[in-house]
Amino acid sequence: MTGDVAVATGDEVRPPQGSEPPAGQAGGGPGERGFTQVLIDAVTRGNSVVVTIAAFVLAIVVGGLIIAFTNTTVLHAWGNLFSAPGKAFAAAWDTASGAYTAMFEGAIVNPHAVSAAFHGGPISAVFNPLSETAVTATPIILSGLGVALAFRAGLFNIGAASQFIGGAMIAGWIGFAVHLPIVLHVVVAVIGGFVGGAAVGGFAGFLKARTGAHEVITTIMLNYVMEYLLIYLLGLTVFRRPGNPNPISPTIAKNAQLPHLFGANLRVNAGFLIALAAAAAVWLMLYRTTTGFQLRTVGSNPRAARSAGMRPERSWIIVMLVAGGLAGLAGASVVQGTNFDLAPLIWGTYNVYAITVALLGRASPVGTVLAGLLFGALRAGGVTMQASTQIPVDIVTVIQALIVLFVAAPPLMRAIFRFRAPRSGGEQLEARGWGG
Amino acid sequence: MGRLTVASPALIAMRRSITVERRVVMGGLLFLLGLVDALVFGYLAPKGHAVFTFTPTGAAVRVPNLSITPRPVDIGLGVVSCVLGGLYAALDMMTVARRIVATVCALALLVSFLCWAGAGRIPLPFVSLLATTVNSSIPLMLGALAGCLCERAGVINVAIEGQLLTGAFGAAVVASAFGSLWLGLVSGAACGVFIALMLGYFAIRYRVDQIVLGIVLDLFAAGITGYLYDAALVPFANRLNSPPTFNALKIPLLGDIPIIGPVLFDSTIFLYITYAVIVLVQVGLFSTRWGLRVRAVGEHPTAADTVGINVLATRWRNVILGGVLAGIGGAYLTIGSVGSFGKTMSSGLGFIALAAMIFGRWNPLGACAAALLFGFMTALSSVLGTIGSPIPSDILLMFPYIATIVAVAGLVGRGRPPKADGQPYEKA
Amino acid sequence: MANDGIDLDVPAGQIHALLGENGAGKTTLMNVLYGLTQPDEGEILIDGRPMRLRSPRDAIDAGIGMVHQHFMLVPVFTVAENVVLGREPTRPLGLLDRRKARREVLELSNRYGLSVDPDAYVEHLPVGVQQRVEIVKALMGHANVLILDEPTAVLTPGETEELFRIMRDLKASGRSILFISHKLKEVQAIADSVTVLRRGRVVGSPPPTATDAELASMMVGRDVELVVHKDVAKPGAVVLAVDHLAVLDETGRRAVDDVTFEVHAGEILGIAGVQGNGQTELCKALLGLLPVEGGTVTLEGRDITGDSTRDVLDSNVGYVPEDRQEDGLVEAFSVSENLVLDVYDQSPFSSGLVLHPDRIDESARRSMAGFDIRASSIDVPVKTLSGGNQQKVILARELGRETHLLVANQPTRGLDVGSIEFVHRRIVASRDRGAAVVIVSTELDEIYALSDRIAVMYEGRIVGIVPPTISAGELGLLMAGAGSAPADERAEVQPA
Repeated sequence: MTGDVAVATGDEVRPPQGSEPPAGQAGGGPGERGFTQVLIDAVTRGNSVVVTIAAFVLAIVVGGLIIAFTNTTVLHAWGNLFSAPGKAFAAAWDTASGAYTAMFEGAIVNPHAVSAAFHGGPISAVFNPLSETAVTATPIILSGLGVALAFRAGLFNIGAASQFIGGAMIAGWIGFAVHLPIVLHVVVAVIGGFVGGAAVGGFAGFLKARTGAHEVITTIMLNYVMEYLLIYLLGLTVFRRPGNPNPISPTIAKNAQLPHLFGANLRVNAGFLIALAAAAAVWLMLYRTTTGFQLRTVGSNPRAARSAGMRPERSWIIVMLVAGGLAGLAGASVVQGTNFDLAPLIWGTYNVYAITVALLGRASPVGTVLAGLLFGALRAGGVTMQASTQIPVDIVTVIQALIVLFVAAPPLMRAIFRFRAPRSGGEQLEARGWGG
Repeated sequence: MGRLTVASPALIAMRRSITVERRVVMGGLLFLLGLVDALVFGYLAPKGHAVFTFTPTGAAVRVPNLSITPRPVDIGLGVVSCVLGGLYAALDMMTVARRIVATVCALALLVSFLCWAGAGRIPLPFVSLLATTVNSSIPLMLGALAGCLCERAGVINVAIEGQLLTGAFGAAVVASAFGSLWLGLVSGAACGVFIALMLGYFAIRYRVDQIVLGIVLDLFAAGITGYLYDAALVPFANRLNSPPTFNALKIPLLGDIPIIGPVLFDSTIFLYITYAVIVLVQVGLFSTRWGLRVRAVGEHPTAADTVGINVLATRWRNVILGGVLAGIGGAYLTIGSVGSFGKTMSSGLGFIALAAMIFGRWNPLGACAAALLFGFMTALSSVLGTIGSPIPSDILLMFPYIATIVAVAGLVGRGRPPKADGQPYEKA
Repeated sequence: MANDGIDLDVPAGQIHALLGENGAGKTTLMNVLYGLTQPDEGEILIDGRPMRLRSPRDAIDAGIGMVHQHFMLVPVFTVAENVVLGREPTRPLGLLDRRKARREVLELSNRYGLSVDPDAYVEHLPVGVQQRVEIVKALMGHANVLILDEPTAVLTPGETEELFRIMRDLKASGRSILFISHKLKEVQAIADSVTVLRRGRVVGSPPPTATDAELASMMVGRDVELVVHKDVAKPGAVVLAVDHLAVLDETGRRAVDDVTFEVHAGEILGIAGVQGNGQTELCKALLGLLPVEGGTVTLEGRDITGDSTRDVLDSNVGYVPEDRQEDGLVEAFSVSENLVLDVYDQSPFSSGLVLHPDRIDESARRSMAGFDIRASSIDVPVKTLSGGNQQKVILARELGRETHLLVANQPTRGLDVGSIEFVHRRIVASRDRGAAVVIVSTELDEIYALSDRIAVMYEGRIVGIVPPTISAGELGLLMAGAGSAPADERAEVQPA
């Protein structure tokens, strides 16, 4: 009769996936201790940094290929690939390396300026690229912190742009419409920036807490709403620069401008210090306050948070207020630090940068600062690159997206570069969905 | 460093009766709308009639215009809305009755608003309003259907925006370079598939968080199209960015029906493709073997696996199909309407499509209905702009986005996504 | 190594039981037989022929059908849709032939007396019926060998009898049945032959007529204490009084329906019942995690009905949730962080808004020692700990502070015997210190071992409050809603 089943000797069956890892795995959990220890860990933690560097290299290579093969000279040369292969490769290499050289000179240091300085040229020109990097990185770090902090509480804040605009609006208005004495003006304007951003972010958080509206959609919609609101406001006489038909606000008062750090020749200003201070404040909040503990718990496991007596809804509102405020500070830093007025293009591509920086920095304050500096450098360099080589600065966005994509898939990196698997469980972004 | 999780609250199952609190809030809201109808739109209406025309030029059948005096009509509608709002709060009505009441009040608001906005202005071309609604909903519907296909199989696709953008780009460039609309259409689809392949690769194979992945892909799409636009399309605009566009195709007989004809049966081939896709996806998902398996994979992939269904292959297939649809939707933006490509021209449509899908409870028909609603908002803002309404144009442009926020904030109830939506599948 | 050198022989037309504890390797073996996992060595022979089972499809084709412990049913599909999934009858163009599917389901279910409604949605069906759907599904694939993985975990004693009847009928029709369980009594009742697994190896094939003690010691590898030593309870004042409590679940159904009971200080009330009869909702309502529809909850004389979870926990209540990984712990957090999950905002762990990590760590070290938590340090993520140690973390947290009431839902689910003993001892110790304890468990052994009084829940109501001297048979009747016992017990307890 059918139905005999026999399983013969010598079976060695692999344990099911997800069975317990061997005891004694030090994962270096999130309960980080001293600030310096954190810094050291972030820089030296083996595999995570290696993967990031590898992703960076790979993204640079892919970016270089794109730059090269969208250049007409290179395409011509490759049309003659078989008759003059040397020229083809040289053309490709020249284009790509020229682009990256220009980027480097725009972001870090330009050797020509250095040699000129030795011959009596201006010293400030030597530090100009670094200054530009810092200036560019400031709003990126701040808005990146806004996204990163929200991540920690389990929220995906794509509305950094709307919060940025909210902050810029208030800071700008205080800057040109209100008159206050010297230190007070700039401080009040900065605080106004925080408040403006917090209002917009808090609204999205409130919607999520009360109605469950998914923050991805509401924040993106708010981006467009705030964009149009800004344009509308700039059309009103209250906001418009007298005598100028374009939608642009009056210049903000001198007293409201953020002071330069190293003299007027370098654009780097107090906003950079605000960014670093904000990162430290975020770290303190997350790891040294009860609110931060709540946020992290809610972000890691909202159900366990509830069972422990916490209320995720409250955490969401709080975190979106602070995150929005940080992005608002980014807006204020641009209005008060470099542009000195309010204009529609003001939010530019900051949203993109904020998200990619937060992802790259694994949503930790230190990581966000480092990633922000990196992307600030890329952007500052990109602007110079566009000016000198006509290569559009959008390629920087592509490279950033590639870096993040590659970093998000360590198995892919390992496959390409043949790394060993990391010791602890992967730092991959864990997949969740619409419903918890 | 700790694991990164992006979580959302559990979506509540639909109940038959709602709490007293919810009833009172909703009823109060409807009452408030009634007040707005009567006072703002009625009492404060500017002088003059609001005229609605229903006969576009060249129509076969002439339908007479409708001329409305805003004040009495709006006040009347406002009273109706107030009464209904009061009833809603006071009585415990069945779900069907509640829906009808809410819809009536919403319609009353709409009519009052239109009368107010059109008072004393040039006639409001109602058919044009509907036609623009339908046409501007095409990318939304195709995007929402793409979303349904992906999410029903359990893959969250937030990259619809990127698929629309690259689809628009590819269609414009190829149609322009080769002078062929059909090649352009195919390229649009192919570009959508290109993004879909990346989505599938990172989501299915490497199990990355799908929402984060989608957003990054959107950034990538914006970056690469923006870069290529500056690098190639601007200098070579004649060769690469001057595509022909599809002409409107009127269906004989059906296209001549008054009011509906010009709206539903006189448009580019994209609309007819959309009709076909709606039917195919709806029937496919709920009446075929293929659809049953897809939904099983989206709800309970392990169960599907244990009966021999290939979960990963099913997900791949649906993601790619979704890419085709979204790519075609993107192609509409260029070769179906304005022709040339512009940076970030998808302007958030992909996310509105997502909202439509959620609003439509992951059902193709519901998603399309929601998409039409959002499309209506866009059309409204454009039509009001042409007749010179009192509302500033920038505020008008906000309409579709605000409508999306309102919709997603669940004023009209929420649904439940497929159970395994967004959860990557690992073999046990 | 999950399975090591396993030889298994199942003769045709017999019910063969596979007995073993959690983690003994039973599930892995079944996954191999069903093609879900590939063996590293060895072979599978069916009717003497070697088979390669690379996927469930292969297994189904080879005549193996499996009824999983966690049902492989899509809740939003109908019974018919679930049963035909994977081998759907179709009309032209791939359209589903629903009528044919319905006919096939009815025919099969009638043939074996497994009555199921093809058009019912699975999510609305009670668990026992869902299991029948699983069986129909397995039979639909022309299975000659039926594997049943822990099928009685979710059944009342009455439904278990029904299942055994079905199994005997199937056996009579010539099929072989592989029955996996960790419950000695059932194995003795139904099996023709037994294989005992321990730590991935076969440790013996005793006859089903072996005694409890023999089987248990083979399963565990040593002589097992089946009884917990505890002193007689000395109950004090009433700590928890629940009066006509009603709680709704998500679908608006009354999950807890007019429940009344009291718990005194220094006693353990065990709540017995098959899973899904309102026990979880009851616990959650006590903790403020579910809204209360009607009735009151009084703690030490104070009305806490509808209080927030925070307030309840702060009133000296300890909570051990049913799902320790989802509700009790944050997997990514360290041991020390998990140990302060509900007290982080109280002194000495924080003052105002400021956290004191050093004091948190100090307390964590003490707890680790006191509760024998095996982990390499207090900083490792708690997900690296074994189930038993994770549960110890939760206990250390809840018992480590002053607790006047302890609510524990399935406190030893999935734990090894050593951990179970530890947890039981701690719970009894808590009782002896004067706490009132409410234990919810589906394991009758645990209920008998711990309870000073037993309350039985069935369909949201308390159908009886009885002493632990009640026979298992009568208890089973109560659990199935068929017994009779006093449900109001205020007269039964004499305060010390």
